[in-house]
Amino acid sequence: MLEIENLEVSYGSIKALHGVSLKVPQGSIVTLIGANGAGKSTTLRAISGLIKSRSGKVKYDGEDITNLPAHKIVAKGLCHVPEGRMVFANLTVEENLRMGAYLRNDKAGVAEDLEFSFQMFPRLKERIYQAAGTMSGGEQQMLAIARAIMSKPRCLMLDEPSLGIAPMLVRSIFEQIVAINKERGITILLVEQNANLALAISKHGYVLETGNVLLEDTSEALRKNPQVREAYLGG
Amino acid sequence: MSQFIQQLLNGLFLGSIYALIALGYTMVYGVLRFINFAHGDVFMLGAFTGLYLNKLMGPILAALPWPVAILIVLVLSMAICAALGILIEWLAYRPLRDKPRLNVLITAIGVSLLIEYTGQLVFGATQQPFPAIIPKVNVGGLGGLTVTMTQVIVSVTAVALMIGLRFIVMKTKMGMAMRALSLNPTASSLMGVNNSVVISFTFGLGSALAAAGGILYASLYPSIEPFMGILPGLKAFVAAVLGGIGNIPGAALGGLIIGVTETLVAGYSDVLGIPSGYRDGVAFVILILILLFKPSGLLGKVEREKV
Ligand SMILES: Nc1ncnc2c1ncn2[C@@H]1O[C@H](COP(=O)(O)OP(=O)(O)OP(=O)(O)O)[C@@H](O)[C@H]1O
Ligand SMILES: [Mg+2]
Repeated sequence: MLEIENLEVSYGSIKALHGVSLKVPQGSIVTLIGANGAGKSTTLRAISGLIKSRSGKVKYDGEDITNLPAHKIVAKGLCHVPEGRMVFANLTVEENLRMGAYLRNDKAGVAEDLEFSFQMFPRLKERIYQAAGTMSGGEQQMLAIARAIMSKPRCLMLDEPSLGIAPMLVRSIFEQIVAINKERGITILLVEQNANLALAISKHGYVLETGNVLLEDTSEALRKNPQVREAYLGG
Repeated sequence: MSQFIQQLLNGLFLGSIYALIALGYTMVYGVLRFINFAHGDVFMLGAFTGLYLNKLMGPILAALPWPVAILIVLVLSMAICAALGILIEWLAYRPLRDKPRLNVLITAIGVSLLIEYTGQLVFGATQQPFPAIIPKVNVGGLGGLTVTMTQVIVSVTAVALMIGLRFIVMKTKMGMAMRALSLNPTASSLMGVNNSVVISFTFGLGSALAAAGGILYASLYPSIEPFMGILPGLKAFVAAVLGGIGNIPGAALGGLIIGVTETLVAGYSDVLGIPSGYRDGVAFVILILILLFKPSGLLGKVEREKV
């Protein structure tokens, strides 16, 4: 479904990705792990059109979408939940969700998905008229995910959804990620520092190191890999 | 007492025009985080567009009832200036989108000078009378107050435009995109918003309001020239800062406060011992005070993001 080939990205003169290739098959959850600064976020930003790549290809559904502007990529059903959540702080929870549905014109479908968001994260319903910026980090993460779902994506890219969130909430957020994948059939590319959790819910994984793919394997094999265990799973 | 109320009213009429201009500053700041110093000149262009429309369509306008005539002039001049505003952004500011803010700010000053001196070349440097479309009659003789028809039209139009603006910003999809973009342009693009289109729309909207301000101002003070935008423009800028830059109701409130204060200072110059010529300085004293004591403005919030 999503396929990237030899992606190279630079920030000014600093090269952040030296030719990254990865594949996300339709219907799967694929995990991308790696240390701080490995280039995980950069990979997602290049796919979703937030930064231009220097060379390489991004293919989505067989179509070349390399370096399209971000708003055109969302329109194709590929949605990116960025690192740090980026909810619209002064907008209410409901307005944030409606922004997620910005490109949609099917009122009934939007209303239905709004209900679905509230089922998924009942806390959002309790806070429907609250300014998003006044919610806790975990609640903001739920909102960021629900907002992305409102765009009715076929593929979702999540950048560190567990970052800075209490373990209890992380568990419930991950359960919802699995449900989104299973019940709605949305393909997921998951970037995580919490490699344990991420590898537990995904089929396939990639390990990124300083802008290169170091390893790729099934998540199960990666979990058993001594190199991965030592570097990312705490021995 | 009635003199005080009279001054207050005069201040509100003038202030509603400052408010219209201030809204443009604050909206553009909201989406692009810079002060469009050429905004006061769009206000001037609004007045001149009104003048030229009158020259072109004089006989037609004269044949129409005056409320229809003023409405036509207002709407056409707003539309023309909206297009000009979009053009200015496209030509001068868009190429600098990813450059440091200072570059854009300096460019804005350049655009302002360009418009003013081109205006001098095209329109001439002398004062020109603005046609009186609105009849010169007093409508309010109540308790010794005088309110002219022009003042009524000015305030009604300004209020209607501000209500319309509020509707656009709060209730339409484009308005929601404007608010989202001003909070986080990266996130808005990830929602599928074409930020460039929203920015163009914002310039168009702000310029239309400035043009309306220009027509209304020229109706109150019917003598116009190419540099007429400088002072009202600066005062409206102060109004936007006073209300909290980026805050739309704040800009409207700031405009009214500046208008009233200025008028009161001029009206009571003998009591205060300040020559009435100092009225233009009032806004800048307010600017200094606000920067010293409440830099975020009256309604401005200090935004904090949770990480
Ligand atoms: N805007 C930027 N300007 C310059 N360099 C950047 C920028 N963003 C990222 N980098 C650099 O690119 C490299 C990859 O960064 P990236 O954010 O993709 O890492 P990451 O794997 O997501 O790390 P983390 O786990 O900390 O989020 C880092 O060396 C970083 O310093
Ligand atoms: Mg990152």
